[in-house]
Amino acid sequence: MGNGTSIGKVRGLGSSHHGAHHWLLQRFTAVGNVVLMGWLVASFVLLPDLSYATVVDWIASPVSATAMVLLVISTFWHARMGLQVLIEDYVQDSGTKFGLFALLNIAAFGGGALAIFSVASLALGGAA
Amino acid sequence: MANRPLSPHLQIWKWGPHMAVSILHRATGDGMALIGLGVLVWWLVSMASGQAAYDNFTGWMWADLGALEWSGAAIATSLIKVLLKIVTIGLSWAFFTHLMSGLRHFVLDIGAGYELNTNKMWSILSPVIAILLTAGFWALILLR
Repeated sequence: MGNGTSIGKVRGLGSSHHGAHHWLLQRFTAVGNVVLMGWLVASFVLLPDLSYATVVDWIASPVSATAMVLLVISTFWHARMGLQVLIEDYVQDSGTKFGLFALLNIAAFGGGALAIFSVASLALGGAA
Repeated sequence: MANRPLSPHLQIWKWGPHMAVSILHRATGDGMALIGLGVLVWWLVSMASGQAAYDNFTGWMWADLGALEWSGAAIATSLIKVLLKIVTIGLSWAFFTHLMSGLRHFVLDIGAGYELNTNKMWSILSPVIAILLTAGFWALILLR
């Protein structure tokens, strides 16, 4: 909020074309999820089995590794926004809300980084 | 007083399919966000950590029910493994349910599907199709 100027009163409050930002991002990531989860479900079905040797060989290929990294980004982003709305809807206390947002960000970025690092290590041949 | 319309509180709404599909969308989405992504990360980390870690993951999330022990302290472990197998199947159901209700949202977002009968029909069909997709998915996985 500004100091009373007309632009300061509305900026960031929805009427300056930013109000739909969160809503739109939820849809954009949803489209990504449909495509990438479609790939994952199809992979599960088409792989001969889900043994260690099979899945490691599958995930290490450039296309699979890239798709899995994109899937992690898209789903974690989408989930982070969905849980944000859950917190906004059901948590009234602003201090608790702040704490939960902090936890949510740590979990989303931490979990996403761990998942992407794991895929990268498999793709780059660093598997144990 | 008796004939006045009642205020919209959760307790006094008459449940309809559109309300059920709405809360189902939130429940399956947030359920996958809280549990499903954890399982996804565990799966990928176990893969990157080697055969033993991967076998440990599959041993917990997809245990061989016939090989479980039901005596002494092993009972608790076996119960958790049965529960986790249900969680694994439940996550696949949550995915297909969220997918179908999400696709329904895409249609609603473009301004279509608000006619009462159409809206009601897809509210019922979305979760039903999701159950069929879940069954089909596992049939393809388990019968190959």
